[in-house]
Amino acid sequence: MRNLFAVAVLTGIYSFLMASVMLVLDAPDVALTEASVGAGVGTVLLLGTLYLTKTDEARPIHSVALPLFVAVGTAAILIFGVTGTPPFGAADTPVQLAGPDYINRSLPETGIVNVVSSVLASYRGFDTLGETVVIFTAGIAILMLLKRATPPGAGRKD
Amino acid sequence: MRLDVILRVVTKFILPFMMVFALYVQFHGDYSAGGGFQAGVIAAATIILYALIYGLNAAKRIVSAALVEAMVPLGVLIFAGVGVVGWLTGLNYLDYSNLAYDQVHGQEWGVFLVEAGVFITVSSTMVAIFYAFAGRGRR
Repeated sequence: MRNLFAVAVLTGIYSFLMASVMLVLDAPDVALTEASVGAGVGTVLLLGTLYLTKTDEARPIHSVALPLFVAVGTAAILIFGVTGTPPFGAADTPVQLAGPDYINRSLPETGIVNVVSSVLASYRGFDTLGETVVIFTAGIAILMLLKRATPPGAGRKD
Repeated sequence: MRLDVILRVVTKFILPFMMVFALYVQFHGDYSAGGGFQAGVIAAATIILYALIYGLNAAKRIVSAALVEAMVPLGVLIFAGVGVVGWLTGLNYLDYSNLAYDQVHGQEWGVFLVEAGVFITVSSTMVAIFYAFAGRGRR
């Protein structure tokens, strides 16, 4: 598919389908994030990029053999890794063992009903601080790259 | 899209509900799905939708680029500052138990402030990225 506009829209649809999968897996927080970031803002930013460039992908200069090999190889390694994980929903995994501990501790210790919120913001606040710094870093990096090259008066027209 | 009447009218109807939904996701995150990150993205989507329909300059009159760029580090500073408060009161970094008169209320206040910091950084970063892309124009 050479039309990047269609690719951007399909990426949004794919994100929305993944959000549905998250919801089926009882993870509404992740589903909300996936729907708003992947299907919402992500698609808008992709379309914004297309507005700045061309909407059709250029013909590749080199052979597709090497990228195809890298993609297939990565997929093979990932699938091999998945075979080593415990079966879906297995009761003796660390996830299942740590979960009840947080569920029992969250309400008496923090007064927060939604365990996902208390784990994210309190028990693992350092992780979330790191994520916020990552977003901050991405934001200033994009501002440094895109704002510097803006010629005066380029943002005038709507 | 300045001449598309249906889009302009429907957008004006939808925008307040989107913003209220963002605030709901933010402040109800203790009880239901959501939190600062999701609410920030929804709030940013509100501004981006307004900019798409009414033009970049109209959006910048509401939320100026300078305000957005000031909010990007402000959220991180709020988050890290709340952590430092726990540190100064004799606890670990990012332990909120001393923020109020007892541990549970301290944790609630800490999570509230931290989520507010995440909301500020995420929403402003998304809007800043959109402004940066949209402000360049086609050449």
